[in-house]
Amino acid sequence: MSKILMKGNEAIGAAAIQAGCRYFFGYPITPQSELPEYMARELPKVGGVYLQAESEVAAINMVYGAAGSGARVMTSSSSPGMSLKQEGISYIAGAELPCLIVNIMRGGPGLGSIQPSQTDYFQATRGGGNGDYRLVVYAPSDVQEMVDLIIEGFDVADQYRNPVMIAGDGMIGQMMEPVEFKTPVRRELAEKDWATTGTNGERERNIINSLYINPEDLEQHNIRLQAKYDLIKQNEVKVESYNIEDAELVIAAYGTTARIAKTAIAKLEEEGYKIGLIRPITLWPYPYDEFKKINPNCKAVLTAEMNTGQMIDDVKIAVEGKYPVHFYGRTGGMSPTPEEFIENIKKILGGEK
Amino acid sequence: MAVIFERTKGLTEVETHYCPGCTHGIIHRLVGEAMVELGILDNAIGVAPVGCSVFAYEYFNCDMHEAAHGRAPAVATGIKRVHPDNFVFTYQGDGDLASIGTAEIVHAAHRGEKISTIFVNNAIYGMTGGQMAPTTLIGQKTTTSPQGRTVEHSGMPIRMSELLATIDGAKFVERVAVNTPGNIRKAKRAIIEAFKVQLEGKGFGIVEVLSTCPTNWGMTAPESMKWLADNMIPYYPLGNFRRPEEAE
Repeated sequence: MSKILMKGNEAIGAAAIQAGCRYFFGYPITPQSELPEYMARELPKVGGVYLQAESEVAAINMVYGAAGSGARVMTSSSSPGMSLKQEGISYIAGAELPCLIVNIMRGGPGLGSIQPSQTDYFQATRGGGNGDYRLVVYAPSDVQEMVDLIIEGFDVADQYRNPVMIAGDGMIGQMMEPVEFKTPVRRELAEKDWATTGTNGERERNIINSLYINPEDLEQHNIRLQAKYDLIKQNEVKVESYNIEDAELVIAAYGTTARIAKTAIAKLEEEGYKIGLIRPITLWPYPYDEFKKINPNCKAVLTAEMNTGQMIDDVKIAVEGKYPVHFYGRTGGMSPTPEEFIENIKKILGGEK
Repeated sequence: MAVIFERTKGLTEVETHYCPGCTHGIIHRLVGEAMVELGILDNAIGVAPVGCSVFAYEYFNCDMHEAAHGRAPAVATGIKRVHPDNFVFTYQGDGDLASIGTAEIVHAAHRGEKISTIFVNNAIYGMTGGQMAPTTLIGQKTTTSPQGRTVEHSGMPIRMSELLATIDGAKFVERVAVNTPGNIRKAKRAIIEAFKVQLEGKGFGIVEVLSTCPTNWGMTAPESMKWLADNMIPYYPLGNFRRPEEAE
């Protein structure tokens, strides 16, 4: 199939429909509104349902109902709206329901701005809602990768009965890029025999629930969840690396920031610098092991994000104190530039070559 | 020997956790009987709330979801949009529906969501130990209105049925009580009628059931029934507020 030019937010919708998603519950918020608009236009054509909820709180609870009923379902929002969804996300994780949640991140805290950011890293990877739960979190760095991850993400959600999040920054949502809808490799998925569909008098009742009033039962439920998360950690880590075995400095960056880093790396190579890149594609599970492959003589790791330093915690965990970890970030909806990267890297490496 | 009364198949065969004298048991039975009599039990998907009836998913003998506090109408919306041919209902208390879940119930009604809601109003938060609800009556003492509720501090008790009856998508709205055998029979008729409104695809239906809380009201069961009749019914008048023909 040939490539077509699509805006990121619309490509998300097209990918979701191709993945078999037929239900979308959302609430308008900039900079992701093109996605619900696309779904409102396109879902009815394939027999699906787009519904604009009264709030993000309601939207995520509609997702809970639809996912529990066995549907392939998604919602999307941007940072302040994602905060409102945290209650429902915790219930969905607790009840072990599959769904896809898209966060097109903007500057915060509070109402913040409408410009691109990566300020919801903590919220996405550390919970956000209550309880010991995890989301599979993908951070695509271009529209094509986002499309591919959405199609795979629905399968991952179904396979593990777990919510999957796409953490895209506003840049990826808003930019237009050529994208190809490849025929996806589908995973073998079990039948959703746990879903509420009415017993039809043919089976025991199905109950969708996250309440375990006896602490012994809840502990066992959590132990089961952790075992599932361990399996996801084993199987689902995705990362892109560039030149880390040889690098004098390695940049750790994801999403749009990683793309800007690549431009800086290319320019620095022309000046004789050897700069590597670790680009986590899954923010959870985090590619900790990739950092073990870094050149032992590497002088430093530079974490770069569109926030004031959130993934840096994971980078520090990953390098285990072997290398100094620096941080460069822009925030508030401001984006980094290759020139700023270059300046920071030269400073860390001790000036001009 | 002729069987003159038996447990409805609409409920599971487990003991409930409800306090002695609580009317949730009666209301559960009416909902279970209504589903059996309409032949929709095997097709039903229910949504339980947070509050005293949080374990309702253990009691209704059909597929069930447990929802977050107040969100049952949103969860039911998600279910119904996926399974439009299934019968979908929520069972919610007054803290759940009239306080934290007002947005969800108002907008489920506003969309004309084809679901049915059983709204149990006992004018207090039972599960958490007797705190004031939006439905608590003026002068009523609770653990968070120890001197009795006042208008100045907390406003007048909210009348949800009257409020919902102003919304076009709410095609059936009725308030009933379960304090006397006669009222219990009327309550069952209202529940069946509300369920039929969904089955006929006409829109949203709700039955508000005035209920008792002997434990947190600090009364015996008979005293509670009398208190309901003497205090709740005058402020929360029984009757139908909306039927499909009037709603047209």
